[in-house]
Amino acid sequence: MIHFDAVTMRYPETGDVLRNVSFHLRKGEIAFLTGHSGAGKSTLLRLITVMERSSRGRVILDGQDLGLAKEHQLPFIRRKMGVIYQDYKLLYDRTVFDNIALPLVIAGYGHLEVTRRVRAALDKVNLTGKEKKYPLALSGGEQQRVGIARAVVNKPPIIIADEPTGNLDPELSAEIMYLFSQFQQVGVTVLIASHDISLITQLNHRVLKLDHGQLVTS
Amino acid sequence: MKYSRKNQARKNVRESSLRQAKKQTKIAGGDFFDRLHAYRDVHAHALFSSLGRIVAEPFNSIMTISVLAIAISFVSGFHVLAVNIQQLTEHLDASNQISLFLRDDVSEAHANKLAESIRKNINVQNVKVISREDAAAEFQTYSGFGSAINELEKNPLPIVLQVLPKKSLEDKRGLEDLQKEFQQSPEVDVAQMDLQWIERLRSIIDMVKLFASILNILLGAAVLLIIGNTVRIELHNRRDEVVIQKLVGATNSFIRRPFLYAGFWIGFISGIWAWFIVTVLMLIVRQAVEKLSSLYGGSFHMLFLSLTDTLALIAISSLLGVLASWTVVSYQMHSTKLKKQVRLQK
Repeated sequence: MIHFDAVTMRYPETGDVLRNVSFHLRKGEIAFLTGHSGAGKSTLLRLITVMERSSRGRVILDGQDLGLAKEHQLPFIRRKMGVIYQDYKLLYDRTVFDNIALPLVIAGYGHLEVTRRVRAALDKVNLTGKEKKYPLALSGGEQQRVGIARAVVNKPPIIIADEPTGNLDPELSAEIMYLFSQFQQVGVTVLIASHDISLITQLNHRVLKLDHGQLVTS
Repeated sequence: MKYSRKNQARKNVRESSLRQAKKQTKIAGGDFFDRLHAYRDVHAHALFSSLGRIVAEPFNSIMTISVLAIAISFVSGFHVLAVNIQQLTEHLDASNQISLFLRDDVSEAHANKLAESIRKNINVQNVKVISREDAAAEFQTYSGFGSAINELEKNPLPIVLQVLPKKSLEDKRGLEDLQKEFQQSPEVDVAQMDLQWIERLRSIIDMVKLFASILNILLGAAVLLIIGNTVRIELHNRRDEVVIQKLVGATNSFIRRPFLYAGFWIGFISGIWAWFIVTVLMLIVRQAVEKLSSLYGGSFHMLFLSLTDTLALIAISSLLGVLASWTVVSYQMHSTKLKKQVRLQK
């Protein structure tokens, strides 16, 4: 599902951020992406979400070479994945409901379908009853869960999470992780960037470890 | 208590994700009509949310829209001016006449006889005799020197025959020939043709019209630029939103849509505002103009913006709004700036 083939990412200012990274995540596989800060985790995720293109090597997503994807194809590639951001990236002038509904509205779902799915997603992240609130009225953990709900509401085949449990207490983190493994069991590919070592060791998932831009464990 | 609630919550999570898991296998998407309604909803949302944003910042909006309305009201003001001048010159066409000032020694009876004979001329449509008394009365009414004429022993004004040539005699040559013919008759002191100053007036009007069209083009460009700049600032303020929408898979047209509607609203409201400005100014000016017109003996009724003109005015300004914002948003989306923004975030 996600295939990195000798990917190198070079910036003019900082040099190589990723060096010759190769790995393959199959459909329905779950993996942690870990490494010290600055190891290239975020860059790797940005290559998957086609916010950037690799300097060398190929990134293949669901059989499609992202390096060759045309600009107008990018929205449709991005709809295949639900992305959870460390800084949530919520719209602060819209309600929780509208935030979660955004991917569905963009994909052109009707009002009834949107309502139904948003309700289901809210229920899944334990935010039922908060749909009319604005993100700033919520705690950090709740905002994070709004972000998670938004990522999964469209039932994407791929879920990418950048430090999804950074703002959650251990119990809630465990629940979110449980949620991810539920998705994985029905064939969703999940990649979680995290340096929550206890969480990673606790769950016996595959670990991709980056060190100074090189993949040391896969 | 707390523990059990958490446990319940966890159970909920588990159950709902199982439900979700079962649905996962189904292909996403509603039926055709649901999608059609969704498309309509998205447009309706963009239409009203963009209006909402304009209303939400009344001070900024009023300033921008007023500037635009003033520019647009100049354009429509020139149009109204042109329409009215046109109407004025049409009046002049009707009175495109030759005035024959008769010699002092010609009597009233003789003048009437002369008028009768001129009427028989195939090139003449009508002749009107203005007697000395009529002329004096007219002079008294309109000149403001009414009392002066009473002081004189004898009415100094000549009898005038106003000859209205036939419409068929439109070219200048024919009129000139007619004037020469009249000039030669012994009773006529001066045969004066009104055509000459009408021509001068017409060329002045043509020049004014040309000037107005140039100014209209400039003002149209100004309207485009002002709306474009307003939309650019709006785009800048909502950059985070644009980035997030891109991240969750929005197409360029989805991102562009609310800005197009914003441009539409700005143009639309400015158009209405401009109509209001022009109409109010015309109401203020009307009395003065009609008084002036009556002093010249005319019955000039000022023409306001017609319904068609008004609709065209609003349609054009709305269209300019859409055009301006389309240009700006498309340019910004294709320029590297926005891409860099996407790239440089965290």
